[in-house]
Amino acid sequence: MTTFIIRRLLHGLIILVLVSLLIFFAMRLLPGDPLLIYMAQHSQQNLQDLPPEVLEQLRHEFGLDKPLPVQYVNWILGILRGDMGDSFFYGQDVGTLLLQRFPVTVYLGILALIVSSIVGLTAGMLAAIRRGKWVDSIVTPLTYIGVCIPIFWLGILMIYVFGLKLNFLPIAGFTSPFDDFVLSIKQAIMPVICQSIFGVASNARQMRSSVLEVIRQDYIRTAWAKGLRERVVIFKHTMKNSLIPVVTLIGMGVSFIFGGSVLVETVFAIPGIGRLLVTSIFNHDYMVVQGVVLIMAIVVLLVNLIVDISYGSLDPRIRYG
Amino acid sequence: MDKRVEPVTKEPAGVTGFLEAPPHVSEWRRFSRVFFSRKIVLFGMVVLIILMFTAIFANLLAPYDPYTPDMSNSLLNPTREHLLGTDIFGRDTLSRLIYGSRTALAVGFISVGIASVIGISLGIVAGYFGGITNAIIMRAIDTLMPFPMIVLALLVAGLLGGGIHNVIVALSIATIPPYTRVTHGLALSIKENDYILAQRSMGSSNMRIMMRHILPNAFPPIIVLMTMMLGSLILAEAGLSFLGIGIEPPGAAWGGMVNDGYKYLQENPVLSFAPGLAIMLVVFAFNMVGDGLRDALDPRLRGLL
Repeated sequence: MTTFIIRRLLHGLIILVLVSLLIFFAMRLLPGDPLLIYMAQHSQQNLQDLPPEVLEQLRHEFGLDKPLPVQYVNWILGILRGDMGDSFFYGQDVGTLLLQRFPVTVYLGILALIVSSIVGLTAGMLAAIRRGKWVDSIVTPLTYIGVCIPIFWLGILMIYVFGLKLNFLPIAGFTSPFDDFVLSIKQAIMPVICQSIFGVASNARQMRSSVLEVIRQDYIRTAWAKGLRERVVIFKHTMKNSLIPVVTLIGMGVSFIFGGSVLVETVFAIPGIGRLLVTSIFNHDYMVVQGVVLIMAIVVLLVNLIVDISYGSLDPRIRYG
Repeated sequence: MDKRVEPVTKEPAGVTGFLEAPPHVSEWRRFSRVFFSRKIVLFGMVVLIILMFTAIFANLLAPYDPYTPDMSNSLLNPTREHLLGTDIFGRDTLSRLIYGSRTALAVGFISVGIASVIGISLGIVAGYFGGITNAIIMRAIDTLMPFPMIVLALLVAGLLGGGIHNVIVALSIATIPPYTRVTHGLALSIKENDYILAQRSMGSSNMRIMMRHILPNAFPPIIVLMTMMLGSLILAEAGLSFLGIGIEPPGAAWGGMVNDGYKYLQENPVLSFAPGLAIMLVVFAFNMVGDGLRDALDPRLRGLL
């Protein structure tokens, strides 16, 4: 088990280095000089009038005049020291920027993961054990529709219905739950629904087929034959065994939530890393894009590592060599 | 189409005598029976056929020109003349929706084509040769894995600058990993078969074995994956064009239309709702057809369905 974890950690570390190389060198292919964009934002002067010495000076300040491998090594060394470089556009340290934005995305993302797990697994379970009954005939079509909905469109639809027409919920923005709990929850409802809809649908679908597979097994028949109550058969014998294939899906769910945050945070004007990524890509803000993408990749890699390891506790048949 | 006879009947009489001969059902007949047995799959098929007709004959079907502004008719709600209303420039929403199907299908099909050719080739080569080739290819694919698909596409499209060509390139790169992973797994198991050994002993080249023997045997799961990917690609393209990366104005893309409508949600909600519904319907249709294909092509279900 320990060797397995160490091996997986090493593998993850190699991938992480490759990911950072990919991000860094891909960003350097970007057309458009970020420095000129920065200057256009921050000075009233006409760009043509700008003396080349000033540009050289700025290039030197941001470390853009050094060769690429040196820039890469400096970037990595900086990250290890906790310094992720400066944003050209926000004029702020990327680390500080991420520290403000990342918790927002994580907060909404965790809520969405909880919702998609609880709702998805319950719905899938119910649909399977009441196969062909009304629960199933409602849940199953919804799982098919849930994976087709463009989430940004769902967000707009909800804004129209609940925000503009019924005036139930605020149409956009984000408030920390520590500042104003009620407003925070109200503002979080629609984004969390958007973020979790895909997960709910795919979890329910996977859970349904997984439960249907498990209840055909001999040990379930034995459990019934022993005269165990339904509750015990379902929760003790069926559920745990059905969860094994679903856990992988929850690992992938993190990736989907980061992907979704790009769209959902744009729709609801939420100051998280998804929207930060979009604006930074448009602004050609190298350092921020690198930082955001790197953080997303690290989280996805870590979650998948945890998922791989947690198989063992769910399925004792799996042994790590 | 394919009227292959079950191979058992070709064996010498002495052998067949001991075996129960399976009923003669052609592969194609079985495929179409299973594929068309579910009404919802049929529905998906019909939607896709209509969609393709719409995309091909967009210029004949669209009641108005989708690009010419008509400021006097700005932001009309649905009327008899403009069935789905008009946008801020007075352009007919229905016409733009019809032209948008071209964008969606073009991006979907071309990206699936590019990504599958690259992904499948990498997967077969990695699985077949193993060793260092395998390690290099699969680590490269692992490097793309931790990126959410839309983030990767956004990154590439952002690097290259917008425009439909760059969106196609971005989405193709972002969707290579699933093809490689699936094909890699299939190639690993297929190459252990005796018929591959037989080919090798006959002196077939690696190229011939991969193209003629591994690829055809890996094809059924791949075609299902391709169909499913079409749906995801159309969703992702819509997401990118919603964010403003994609076809340049005045070109019509469904995701971009949702975004256009978002600004005028109070005045004309249909402008935003209609393209979203179109996206949903098309993605649903692709998923259903993919489901039907999977049922019909999965060898484990042979005899059950």
